[in-house]
Amino acid sequence: MADEIMLLDWWSSMFGMRVRIALVEKGLKYESREEDLNNKSPLLLEMNPVHRKIPVLIHNGKPICESPIIVEYIDEVWKDKSPLLSTDPYQRAQARFWADYIDNKIFQLGGKIWTSKGEDQEAAKKELMECLKILEGELGEKPFFGGENFGFVDVSLVTFSCWFYTYESFGNFSIEAECPKLIAWTKRCLQKSSVSSSLPDSLKIHDFVLQLRKKFGIE
Amino acid sequence: MGEEVKLFRSWSSPFALRIVWALKIKGIEYETVFEDLSNKSPLLLQYNPVHKKVPILVHNGRPIAESFVILEYIDETWKQVPLLPEDPYERAKARFWAKFGDDKVLTSVWNVFIKQGKEQEEALVAAMENLKFLEEEIKGKKFFGGERIGYVDLVLGLLANLISICEEIIGLKIVDEEKLPLLYSWMQDFAEAPIIRDNWPPRDKMIVKFQALLDAAIASSSSSSSSK
Repeated sequence: MADEIMLLDWWSSMFGMRVRIALVEKGLKYESREEDLNNKSPLLLEMNPVHRKIPVLIHNGKPICESPIIVEYIDEVWKDKSPLLSTDPYQRAQARFWADYIDNKIFQLGGKIWTSKGEDQEAAKKELMECLKILEGELGEKPFFGGENFGFVDVSLVTFSCWFYTYESFGNFSIEAECPKLIAWTKRCLQKSSVSSSLPDSLKIHDFVLQLRKKFGIE
Repeated sequence: MGEEVKLFRSWSSPFALRIVWALKIKGIEYETVFEDLSNKSPLLLQYNPVHKKVPILVHNGRPIAESFVILEYIDETWKQVPLLPEDPYERAKARFWAKFGDDKVLTSVWNVFIKQGKEQEEALVAAMENLKFLEEEIKGKKFFGGERIGYVDLVLGLLANLISICEEIIGLKIVDEEKLPLLYSWMQDFAEAPIIRDNWPPRDKMIVKFQALLDAAIASSSSSSSSK
């Protein structure tokens, strides 16, 4: 009996990218449906009535929402290939802690950088760099956050890497200058086909945000 | 080999209460370390340098922070009286409702508590939308976990205590028995359940604390609107 997997997605969403990576890591075939976020499909509204957001994974007709929850679900159901979480409860707890940290910080701070200016932007830049430095410290000398192998925290963070150029460009700063090991880690991740096939080009994201800024009158 | 389990908490933290309940429900022996959050101990700062918050569970010297993370750790380490379902899809649903509880429900209830006038009316409408989802989810079940208390009940459980405290202070009904009968009923059942009912923080102290939080919120919002 074949699994039916559909992903409701949006090309530039770091959260959608996480699910793409997990599905490819597990070698799963799936149908991808691009949502128009200004005109959400009846399917999206039916499958995620609470938040009406992507990504939504639909597995044999049943929806799973929220990217960390979806990635854990994928890891639990298809547990025999490329495990993203350790079997050890303490390691799992550490991974979930850092994924939660990433979720609470990076998106909001990055977003503030390209939507604000002056003092607000400076404050967001400063805080983002502090967070990335903390994450770089957590990475330490390991090749991946998961240790020898690419794992849950790597999936959670690497999808922001295609947005770094946008943050740096509109914020006028360099992430590599202060977090060289983190940038080296992003390049290491991009050597994996699951990552390189799931992340759009950084310039494409930048141009998209340029259009958004014009549309919202952010100068 | 002896297990050493310590819980760093404050007397009032509802997030720490989740962990107290989980440990007691599973019959796990542990030592409590009460923190004064206005004067955090060096040990707290060492165990949770990133957030510097409670709760922190320390198991055989290794710290785990963030209540959701701790709950899952407890459930995976001590397998008796499971909190999360076994089926991956049901687990995903449980995690979804827990996250919804913290991200949306708690935030919207807090907004009803601290806002005034028209803003409060709007906050109440938003809170009702969120609470209605919970009303729908509990249909046909005594607890969110089914016949017995589970992960989602432990995460949402703070509502069973905090909502009535907020309602008493502001004189406004947030979970009206007529409008949200199933949720209201769950709040009573949960609050009175064995173990849960023995571990609520003292209500009079909570009223004083939350009144002070409300006063501070009002003061900071009026000062920020007048200092432009």
